[in-house]
Amino acid sequence: MKEYMLIFRHQDGGKIASPEQMQIWMQKTMDWLNGLAKTGNFEGKGNGLIFDDARVVHHNKTVTNGPFGEIKETLGGYVVVKANSADQAAEFAKGSPVLQGEGNTVEVRRLAKDDGTH
Amino acid sequence: MEQQEIIPHLFRTEYRKIVSVLCRHFGFGQIEIAEDLASDTFVTAAQTWAIKGLPPNPTAWLYNVAKNKAKNYLRRNAVFESKVSAEIQRISAELYETAIDLSPQNINDSQLQMMFAICHPSISAEAQIGLSLRILCGFGIEEIADAFLTNKETINKRLFRAKEKLRGQNIRIELPGETEIDARLAPVLTTIYLLFNEGYYSESRNKTLRKDLCLEAMRLCTMLIENRQTNKPAVNALLSLMCFHTSRFEARINKNGEQVLYDEQDTSLWDPELISKGAYFLHCAASGTELSKYHLEATIAYWRTQKADTREKWESVLHLYDQLLQIEYSPIAALNRVYVLSKVKGKQSAILEAEKLNLTGNHFYFTLLGELYTDIDNKQAKLYFQKALSLAKTTTDKQTIQKKIDAF
Repeated sequence: MKEYMLIFRHQDGGKIASPEQMQIWMQKTMDWLNGLAKTGNFEGKGNGLIFDDARVVHHNKTVTNGPFGEIKETLGGYVVVKANSADQAAEFAKGSPVLQGEGNTVEVRRLAKDDGTH
Repeated sequence: MEQQEIIPHLFRTEYRKIVSVLCRHFGFGQIEIAEDLASDTFVTAAQTWAIKGLPPNPTAWLYNVAKNKAKNYLRRNAVFESKVSAEIQRISAELYETAIDLSPQNINDSQLQMMFAICHPSISAEAQIGLSLRILCGFGIEEIADAFLTNKETINKRLFRAKEKLRGQNIRIELPGETEIDARLAPVLTTIYLLFNEGYYSESRNKTLRKDLCLEAMRLCTMLIENRQTNKPAVNALLSLMCFHTSRFEARINKNGEQVLYDEQDTSLWDPELISKGAYFLHCAASGTELSKYHLEATIAYWRTQKADTREKWESVLHLYDQLLQIEYSPIAALNRVYVLSKVKGKQSAILEAEKLNLTGNHFYFTLLGELYTDIDNKQAKLYFQKALSLAKTTTDKQTIQKKIDAF
């Protein structure tokens, strides 16, 4: 089994969803991950990424608040799943409630191992 | 990962607390900021909790995040808006210095004060209900649109105009003084009752949403009862009235979301707990000298929980309608009174009274005439029902009247 990171990109939910809808979305995500945990494909690795008070450090070392304004979607979080192949990991990703929003994506990336086998 | 239970409606419940506190902190000038900060708090919670699981104390976690977001906003605002006047900068800095107070006492105070501000007489009733649902109840635009059977754009516009009005009129977020409280309570109670009716009589097929609206109205009314200053007889009477009505909620809508008429309801679905709660608050309402329309309507609603057709019941209800019409005339109450009159004095005398009303633009008027003429002159009765059908606007009303016509 290899490790894949599923990276969630989605619209700013606060602008479109009500508190009740957000809670339902969260519950669905929990159910999805619990399902993957039961089959041993998810071991709790992952986190949400907080958007507000974010900073961007530029090549000339200036620091800006943001990225605000110019982007429509945000990097909302990531989880690490165990899968035999990228295709299987992508199958897992299909269950993510993030995808219910039009334009939202889940990117699947294999984690590099440090033993040179990748 | 362990399976964790999250409290139903936790986000909605906490949203309205946080948004009220932030709104009061920032003032109506920045009501949208308060809404955004509160929404952001729940985006953060949903993203983090979904993956990491629930924190040990979810509510404290939410309050901390909301406070930090507010602080970050104010700091950012102070830095970036260097072009704005020194006055605004000073206010921003001041707000930044005073911590956001999310203690139970301040949450409660803020919610009550918001209730009075939103139900200010200068705001239209429609906007008051919309704002109440958004700020006091924590509903989203889509949910409000669903309740009003309209689209999101209409609701957005309505709320936008209401907020402009709050700003323009410089309405303060505070409890009115002791001497003013009765006068200011009246529009608050009207809004709560309208909110309740929105759920109770809504055409929306979304039964859960409709019941939520009724329960929200009852919750707001309960908040007024829990506060010494606002715990007045009329408030208790209104809560009593809503308890009696809600006791039939499950019986009056079938599983397809269609209305079940009173006479056809399965009384085993009536909620005895709500009926006794209604009786309790009616008892609490019976102090002082004021007899409000809510007292009368609650007592009528009490009699409606008694299905048996007794003489005592109809005579009492008739007397109550007589008093109600004296306090506040409404065509619907007048039509209801005539129906009750038919139970006390027979259909012939009720027909005479009904025809005096001459409410020829109202489908309820013709429905009532149809009812009264049934078994006296069925041909005439059918004509009246057909007239009613041509005037009825909602699907529920049309279905109900069609059934009557089909029965001939």
